[in-house]
Amino acid sequence: MIEKADQIFVLLGHWLVSFLPVWLQPAAMVLLGVLAIIVTFPALFAITVLLERKGLGRMQNRYGPNRVGPFGIFQPVADGIKSLTKEDIVPTSADGVVHFLAPVFLVVVVFMGYAVLPMGRNMTLVSMDAGLLFFFAIGASTELSVFMAGWSSRNKYSLLGAMRAVAQMISYEVPLLLSSLTIVMMTGSLSLGKIVEAQNQYTWGLPHWYIFTPWGFAGFLLYAVATTAESNRSPFDLPEGESELVAGYFTEYSGFKFALFFLGEYVGMMSISGLGTTLFLGGWSAPLQILGWVPSWCWFFGKVMMSMCVFIWMRGTLPRLRQDQLMNFAWKFVLPLTLVNLMVAATWRFLGAGWERWVICSAILILVYTLMGRSGMRRGHIGPRSYRYAE
Amino acid sequence: MLGEGILKGLGETARNFVGSYVSAERLTTIQYPEERIAPIEATRDFPFLVYDGADWEAGLRCVACQICEKECPPKCIYIVKSTDKKPDALGKLQIYPVRFDIDISVCMSCQICVEVCPFEAIKMDTQFELSTTDRFGGLLYDRKELAKSNEYYHSIHPIEAKKVDAHLAEEKMKADAKAGAAAAAAAAKAAAAPVVAKPAVPATPAAAPAGATQRAEGEKQG
Amino acid sequence: MSIVFFAIAGLSVAGALAAVALKNTVHCALALTVAFAGLALLFLELDAQFAGFAQILVYIGAVAILVVFAILLTRGSETPKDGIYSTKWLLGLVTASGIFAVLAWAVLHSTWALPGPEGAPTAAPAVTVMDIGNALMGRYVLPLEIVALLLTSALIGAVIVAMHEKESAQ
Repeated sequence: MIEKADQIFVLLGHWLVSFLPVWLQPAAMVLLGVLAIIVTFPALFAITVLLERKGLGRMQNRYGPNRVGPFGIFQPVADGIKSLTKEDIVPTSADGVVHFLAPVFLVVVVFMGYAVLPMGRNMTLVSMDAGLLFFFAIGASTELSVFMAGWSSRNKYSLLGAMRAVAQMISYEVPLLLSSLTIVMMTGSLSLGKIVEAQNQYTWGLPHWYIFTPWGFAGFLLYAVATTAESNRSPFDLPEGESELVAGYFTEYSGFKFALFFLGEYVGMMSISGLGTTLFLGGWSAPLQILGWVPSWCWFFGKVMMSMCVFIWMRGTLPRLRQDQLMNFAWKFVLPLTLVNLMVAATWRFLGAGWERWVICSAILILVYTLMGRSGMRRGHIGPRSYRYAE
Repeated sequence: MLGEGILKGLGETARNFVGSYVSAERLTTIQYPEERIAPIEATRDFPFLVYDGADWEAGLRCVACQICEKECPPKCIYIVKSTDKKPDALGKLQIYPVRFDIDISVCMSCQICVEVCPFEAIKMDTQFELSTTDRFGGLLYDRKELAKSNEYYHSIHPIEAKKVDAHLAEEKMKADAKAGAAAAAAAAKAAAAPVVAKPAVPATPAAAPAGATQRAEGEKQG
Repeated sequence: MSIVFFAIAGLSVAGALAAVALKNTVHCALALTVAFAGLALLFLELDAQFAGFAQILVYIGAVAILVVFAILLTRGSETPKDGIYSTKWLLGLVTASGIFAVLAWAVLHSTWALPGPEGAPTAAPAVTVMDIGNALMGRYVLPLEIVALLLTSALIGAVIVAMHEKESAQ
């Protein structure tokens, strides 16, 4: 019974496919998986948008949307209808083809990332040997669509937003890759399935998640910073800073194309949260051994939605950075820390089991963090804002 | 320590988030169509014409002096004077407006018409739900739509209305005194020459008790 | 030679041709990206996962962006009025075909690296990412380090160039 609940989607897929002739079955299974992904994640996107609007409202002591349906739960439906029926305006001077291709390209690329994520036991669409590499390769191509959108609009705000976005994404891609590299070092594999399997073990009923190690914890925090910047979320949402750039690279988009950008942003956030979950939070494994009976996909989606809530929480809390602060933070703080973390992970590996490695690795990380934080703040590279120009 | 401020901020928003579910007074939102708060005394949006008594047409305080029309900065008032006269609040025969239109799509709510009106005839309304499907006709208010009773004025601006009523009562008293003096003079004259047309004052009661009855008293002059 | 190969090859060639023929420089850059993507897909079709993904990561994720940045920073995105074709196109054609001929000759005359029956293409042994990693860190560690050193020095050189400009501006 437990087994069946765990594998319900896999069994359902096999059952559906069994109606087809045998030679069609593998292709149909893949198609079904793709279909499941492109149905599930937009649905989760709708839920996330509602959560975000209501959650942000509550953080600001407001109600948030509460008009459409009971407690406003049908707000995403209303939003969807609105964006579908709005006029699709393309500026006369815009580059029509590129303008059209940019949102389509973004959504396609963003959905491709899900192909390698293990969303539950046996629930990987393509279990690839180089899954992590595939994910990052695909993630890197979103920059191009951002650039296409900004450039083709022929609008200074769009272009500035796109340039900022691309610069930011390139800068934070380095720490993103380096912080994930520690996991690869530990697991010795680029396969996301194997990474989850390595974390799906328990001692004293507690899981072997990588976040529960010093280097894993530091890596997770750095990864979280990098992903927030990579997905252009507050406090790193300069590319669409509405106070300066109207809406950044999608200023000139309206109607359904705008909705596609919106979808792409959130689905991208979810896929990168899914990767973070897989790398650091044990993927689909249960947080306690005694909770092993809960279906594995519940854990995966639960963890992803938790990450989305943290994204929303951060957006409700933190003000937007300035461009120079953003770049200083990336190159002078996050990048050195990821490099140190890589060394710490190597140290951890070679010290072997025992309590010493916990002490040594934690000490190194805390020391480096404190020293770099202090010196960075003293020199004004990072830390509280200074309003030199405003005074 | 770096990051301390971020944690503090996260704590603050978390407190807000939870608090908004726990304590109702954190949520300051008034859910408008269902919940309303009474507009404050000084609220104003568009002008209306005050009338006394039950009949709006007879009780309009406006005497079509056209000062407001001339003073109105965006020129949203249009007045047509009557050719005949009728007695006003003080009993004097006055011209009255045959047409009094305000285009509230032009009006900028400056209240200058109210400031300049010597007859306390035009006041600011608090009614703000004025949306209409007719852009032009629906927002051009004529005499009838603009006329609102003095009771209504009392209900929306109680303090101001009381002052206005006191002022009017005072004016009326002065007028009465004048009329009384005139009447006395007339009576004295009448003693000499008894054929004098009496002013159109059916009754001149002494100062009535203040308050709501002032209004009734004010119109009795008519 | 499957349909997939021809589709991908067609895509790459079309992208490359468009990169040469299009008028707008940014369009050229985007078309070049399509050619890169086609190349990456070809690698993937050959079961060379690492090469394919590295191609996407490096060429689409970084080089294409770099090209585009360079175009925008040098005002090259404005199409020149007197046409885009150089007058020395014949020379270019000769050079390109010469290089093509040399490469084709090299490819056609190279011995098969993989053991197998003569002439018949054999299935390549599955080279996993791990094998590549082991090779890079084991047998080819010296070349790798040299490349790394070269790249680092290039990076530092770029930083120095940028810093020098800033100082002279002050």
